[in-house]
Amino acid sequence: MARLTLKVNGKRRTVDVSEDTPLLWVLREHLDLAGTKYACGIGQCGTCTVHVNGEPMRSCALPVSVVEGANIVTIEGLSRDGDHPLQEAWKEVDVPQCGFCQAGQIMTAASLLRKNPNPTDADIDTAMAGNICRCGTYNRIREAIHVAAKKSKS
Amino acid sequence: MENQTASFDRRSFLKVSALAGGGMLIGIRWISERARAFDPAFLEGAAFNAYIKITPDGKITIQSPNPEIGQGVKTSMPMIVAEELDADWAHVVVEQAPLDTEAYTRQVAGGSGSIRASWKPLRTAGAAARMMLIAAAAEKWQVAPETCVTSASIVKHPATNRQATYGELASLAATQTPPADPPLKIPSEFRLLGKRIPNVDNQAIVTGENLFGQDLKREGMAVAVVARPPAFGLKLVSVDDSKTKSMPGVQQVVRFGNKVAVLANTTWEAKKGRDALQLQWAPEGELESTDQHDSALRALLDKAAETPRRKDGNTEPAFAQASKTVDAVYECPFLPHNAMEPLNFFADVRPDGVLMAGPTQTPESARTQIAKLLQIDPKKIRVEMTRQGGGFGRRLNTDYAVEAAEISHLAKKPVKVVWLREDDMGGGIYRPACKYRFRAALDAQGNLTAYHLRGSGINVGNPTRENNFPAGALPNLLIEGHNLESKVTTGPWRAPVHNFLGFAEQSFLDEVALAAGKDPVQFRLDLLDQAKRQPVGRQEYQADRLMGVIRLAAEKANWGQAPSGVFQGFSAYFSFSTYVAQVVEVVVINNKPKIQRVVCAVDCGILINRSGAENQVAGAIVDGLGHAMFSQLTIKDGAPEQTNFDRYRLIRMAEAPPVEVHFVESEEAPTGLGEPALPPFAAAFANAVYRATGKRLRNQPFVQPGEPGLLG
Repeated sequence: MARLTLKVNGKRRTVDVSEDTPLLWVLREHLDLAGTKYACGIGQCGTCTVHVNGEPMRSCALPVSVVEGANIVTIEGLSRDGDHPLQEAWKEVDVPQCGFCQAGQIMTAASLLRKNPNPTDADIDTAMAGNICRCGTYNRIREAIHVAAKKSKS
Repeated sequence: MENQTASFDRRSFLKVSALAGGGMLIGIRWISERARAFDPAFLEGAAFNAYIKITPDGKITIQSPNPEIGQGVKTSMPMIVAEELDADWAHVVVEQAPLDTEAYTRQVAGGSGSIRASWKPLRTAGAAARMMLIAAAAEKWQVAPETCVTSASIVKHPATNRQATYGELASLAATQTPPADPPLKIPSEFRLLGKRIPNVDNQAIVTGENLFGQDLKREGMAVAVVARPPAFGLKLVSVDDSKTKSMPGVQQVVRFGNKVAVLANTTWEAKKGRDALQLQWAPEGELESTDQHDSALRALLDKAAETPRRKDGNTEPAFAQASKTVDAVYECPFLPHNAMEPLNFFADVRPDGVLMAGPTQTPESARTQIAKLLQIDPKKIRVEMTRQGGGFGRRLNTDYAVEAAEISHLAKKPVKVVWLREDDMGGGIYRPACKYRFRAALDAQGNLTAYHLRGSGINVGNPTRENNFPAGALPNLLIEGHNLESKVTTGPWRAPVHNFLGFAEQSFLDEVALAAGKDPVQFRLDLLDQAKRQPVGRQEYQADRLMGVIRLAAEKANWGQAPSGVFQGFSAYFSFSTYVAQVVEVVVINNKPKIQRVVCAVDCGILINRSGAENQVAGAIVDGLGHAMFSQLTIKDGAPEQTNFDRYRLIRMAEAPPVEVHFVESEEAPTGLGEPALPPFAAAFANAVYRATGKRLRNQPFVQPGEPGLLG
């Protein structure tokens, strides 16, 4: 067990946890930030995506000790009032079916838009390739990313 | 009014009670013909009930009774209530109801049946409340109820230009006598149904609120991760938990049946504790493998069934006299469901009562099983439903909820049982692996004179759907099915049996049409015309409605007029009371076919939520394509060889084709959309691929791992 200090959504949080615990479980069960979901545990599906120093990372495969001191942003911290252009676009396009993967989709998309504010379909497909949606809402996800890109510009 | 009162009293139809602090709560005891068919317990008094709550501030809370697994009923069921209530949708708040067999009926997410079974009860709930609000306004204004009208949560009296909001009227409305048979709208009066209404949980989903079973956290709760047999046919021989018990966070180790549960403070600690168990397993009898399954299933295709599922006329003379015959075998593997949210359930078993909470498609069945296990009165068990990260049929089985109750019972504490992906994918209850042999006889004019299907499947029961088209459309038809027993567990998977049969049938019909020298669309229409004019035997589909979607899809896709280099494939299928036809257009790029357009026509009766409906249809198409292309679960020495997404491929964004959806305008009662667009899709794709490449795809998955094939 170790005492670690994390920077999550702009706040410093201290946890007592074994060092090999994946960041995902620390967020979900130690810090009560359960918006980041568990689905595969091996970094293959993107459901648990968070931002670590601005980069989209699979929190299920990231030992918490590795991210001590890093800037971590989760879906709960993406915007203050749940009104990030992607969150607005997701509602406007009515993307979700079951909704379970969507936080991870939005986090991956947010990172894409930060680097590439005007992505093409191909850019989106490449950036989103690591995120599985078992319900098959991919077309709406792609559309919502375009809508958010337009919103961000205006 | 007297008649209505008498009717109400006689049938105990509607119960109304004033809410503390004003407002009205309306509970409707419902007697439905539909319910009777689904629920044998109904005759003992199980009933349908929907709740509408209106508070003085005008907020209208509608309880959604059925499990929400991503099929959209938490939005569409309340929409139906709100339509007849004439509620302003902006005032509506939706809550998920818990299991309540006194109040509701058929709280099931399965068979695409929620909307179909609850259409009338939901409408009546809304219409009855609307009548009571009108009665309240009429009393207040001393006017005749018939002279009042409603819209957008307001009752108006046009003659005197008076109006009152539902919130203002709610308390007085609660004292009105509920009508037994309130008048329902005609479809042209619908203001909400057919519109695009976003998922009611969207805000919570996009901000990461705790909606799912996985997110559930209760006071004093332990998390359990369970060691289950790593292969079908293994028995637990010995357990050494000494290492586990000394690990940080581990609270308890519980052995039960063939399993060992490790309870810990957190999921990670429980997983590490589980992985540190020293377990010895021994085989009971032979351990099975996919190779053996395949040979046994193929052998069954050569064997006549003792009793056919359906026999019209006599097929063999027709085959003997045929000028041409077509014969083909289609095969599919086991599939796990792989809902994105792995299985989980919370249980708190106490001497005075049991609380269960989590994702389930069949809460009532879970309660029944748990009552049996614990030998207690089901009334002492409360089952709450969370939003569910997908279902696909896996959560129709109650094993994981019962297991949670057993662990809580043995450990004597509240527990959330969490399945890791490997537990979920490797834990059984798969789509049955099946094989089908089809034969067709054609006469000299290319008419279909005989059709023979023989199917075999693993723990599938009946691998066929014997009344499927073309049954009814030709004189000689024989449908046979074999079940192969196995230690591998199987169960319903989105559109059970149909999910592969739809592909196989619709691909085979394409083969037959081509052999007959006919256009595949016209070939189907001609057969349906025959089914209409000279029906043979039992017919579950309506020929007119099936023809309707076939024509609509063909028209919207300009069937038969594709530009050079574009190849079209067609498919049409009836399942779960909904009619679907699809056209796929592929082009060939670098010698590989690529889908550039999908056109889908759907007849699901009255459309409830256009946005949700399109989402279901497009999603089912992506799902159907993905599993046909990439997915399979194989067994070696009893053990599943794929247990996570590194070795099991699901479709990803770049592989998802664009989908156009067209709905038939209809005033027929609505039917479900969770499943029907999936079964035919792989056939529309495969039929287009055949035209583009000359290669006929008959075995799923089309893409074998590590094999650079046509589609790789």
